[in-house]
Amino acid sequence: MAMDKLYEFLTGPALWIAVIIFVGGLAIRVAWLFGLSQERDKPWHDFKSAVWAWRSIIHWVLPWASVSSRNQPGFTGAVWVFHICWIGVPLFLGAHNMLFEQAWGWSLPSLPDAVADWASMVVIACGVFFLVRRLARPEVRILTSAWDYTLVLLALAPFVTGWLAFNQYGPYGLMLNLHIFLSEVLLIVLPFSKLAHMVLFFASRSAIGYEFGTRRGARVW
Amino acid sequence: MTAEAQKAAEEAQEKATVSPEAEAPKPVNVGKIKTILAANEGARMRMWLSICSRCGLCADSCFFYLANDKDPKLSPAYKAINTIGKMYKAKGEVSREFLEECKEVVWGQCTACRRCSMYCPFGIDIATMIATGRAVCYSQGIVPDGLARTTENIRTTGNQMAMATEDWIETCDWMAEEYGEEVHGLEIPIDKQGADYMYTVNPREPMYYPQDVGMAAEIFHIAGLNWTMPSTGWDSTNLAMFAGDRAVATIPVKAMYDKALELGVKAIVITECGHAFRSAKFEGPYWVGIPGGEPPVPVIHSVELFRDIMREGKIKLKHKFEHKVTYQDPCNVSRNGGLWDIGRELVNLLCDDFVDMTPNREHNHCCGGGGGFIPMGPPYKRRRMASGKIKAEQIRATGATHVIVPCHNCFDQINDLNKEYDLKVKVVSFKEIITEIMEIPESMIPPEEDEQEAVLAEEEAKREVEEGAMEEAGEVQES
Repeated sequence: MAMDKLYEFLTGPALWIAVIIFVGGLAIRVAWLFGLSQERDKPWHDFKSAVWAWRSIIHWVLPWASVSSRNQPGFTGAVWVFHICWIGVPLFLGAHNMLFEQAWGWSLPSLPDAVADWASMVVIACGVFFLVRRLARPEVRILTSAWDYTLVLLALAPFVTGWLAFNQYGPYGLMLNLHIFLSEVLLIVLPFSKLAHMVLFFASRSAIGYEFGTRRGARVW
Repeated sequence: MTAEAQKAAEEAQEKATVSPEAEAPKPVNVGKIKTILAANEGARMRMWLSICSRCGLCADSCFFYLANDKDPKLSPAYKAINTIGKMYKAKGEVSREFLEECKEVVWGQCTACRRCSMYCPFGIDIATMIATGRAVCYSQGIVPDGLARTTENIRTTGNQMAMATEDWIETCDWMAEEYGEEVHGLEIPIDKQGADYMYTVNPREPMYYPQDVGMAAEIFHIAGLNWTMPSTGWDSTNLAMFAGDRAVATIPVKAMYDKALELGVKAIVITECGHAFRSAKFEGPYWVGIPGGEPPVPVIHSVELFRDIMREGKIKLKHKFEHKVTYQDPCNVSRNGGLWDIGRELVNLLCDDFVDMTPNREHNHCCGGGGGFIPMGPPYKRRRMASGKIKAEQIRATGATHVIVPCHNCFDQINDLNKEYDLKVKVVSFKEIITEIMEIPESMIPPEEDEQEAVLAEEEAKREVEEGAMEEAGEVQES
């Protein structure tokens, strides 16, 4: 019974709060940075160019499209697959879309459950690889703080718990609530941590594109 | 002195100069640090500080890291996080000891070559962060002596080597005379109103390598350019930029822009120097405060002008350069200047046997002498030689006998590497190659000595006639 009450709270007010903080936090942060940039990042605005922003972004969104990413091809591949699955699974999961349908009367296309199941395992496997890489490579280990490990674990947590719940491993009710709870924690932390690269990646890459490309005619990939 | 003895002496000097002084520590002016940090804390800096994912991809881009057994403390992210990152974290409340440690990182382990900025998946401009770290250290008087000296020279005299204007002009006159013996009619016009090109140099040219001035004059004269040397604003280098003193960095740039506007030239030409190009073309407009960030007069690098001259056939060659050459892409000409293809086009116009280094173009490694490292002098020489290993290996792998280098800092560094690593190459500038293989047009071949005397006599006679005429005119006026 307690689990049901918790579920109601987590999918009710808690979800609202998490989503508002997630969307609002990112929006406010971007708007605030944009305002600040007009005052203190003159070159950014003087050399704006859609072409160079696009070139700078696309060469780093596609895998192995930059020299740097080709230097560590395995890592690059893992990063790419990880990001696609990390975004794709929650949006196109059948179970999530049933909830969207219930709540709003519309939903996104659904992935077959087996595919989503595998994709979740890919996310977890990539995440474990990232953790091992962090520990194994001295130049990465030296940069990594406890918070960095925490964020990797937090980014994986919804997938681990979701996968366990879906496959009915462990106590289902607890796993489901944990899954929702950890996802909400993630949504709340995201705008205020380095995970905000979800949107700031595009701003930062545009800026370096203008700096090297528009201003100097030089490539950054 | 044997090589070992020299090395030991250098190391001893390094220790003596680099170790913190024994005197009582001066307090740190936290207010000043806060001001610098705030001025640089724009949207980009904030993003960079917060989104770095600690992926470590920048490490392999850095030649300091690669040359020193992949010491993780030399990875660009580590260097930035532990200098400027900590300064922001502490909100400027840092100790002098900490800043002394930062000094060894921001100057002693980084040449601001910006290769890491290009290799970061998020486009974090790590080199620019390090530059802010330099500004903070500099504001507390913590800076390598060599850069402090040159910055003081700029502040007091307007050029980094404290050369007097008369000496500069005298050097130009001397070179005009000297090179006039090879190319008849050669002049070095000073402050010529309405010239197309205003040529600016690195003070080490008039100070130590005046032939650079002469060779440039030869090239421009034979190519038939309408050009001039400025009497002020002739130093386009800017070591204050690398020292982190923006106020002083503005001085030579402003002088150069002002002179170019005064003379009404079409373009400012930068000598074969990398950081001068960066300062004059890209950073200068912001220091001077020009809206839009573009210089008031177009700024072009020698590589561009020489390429145009050769491509348009304004200079004919006796033959192509006969040796196997490779090309050093200076960071501030290629990666930070976008001129890698123009440099190669020029090499191919002059040479038949060209082999590129690997990596090359915008991916080329810094020589290890940039970012102020050369003027930082003997205390930093050992580590400059050690980190230059990457460049030395790149050059050796080409099998070239000549390295073409359109940058003074690269030039000195590769010369030093040549000795240190016994590369058996000759380091040359474009000017040297062009003047060696160019054809002097018949009309500019100086007359034989007898003829020369005859010409001189003729000129003398002409002058007398003119003087006579003037005197007469004067008499007429007086009467």
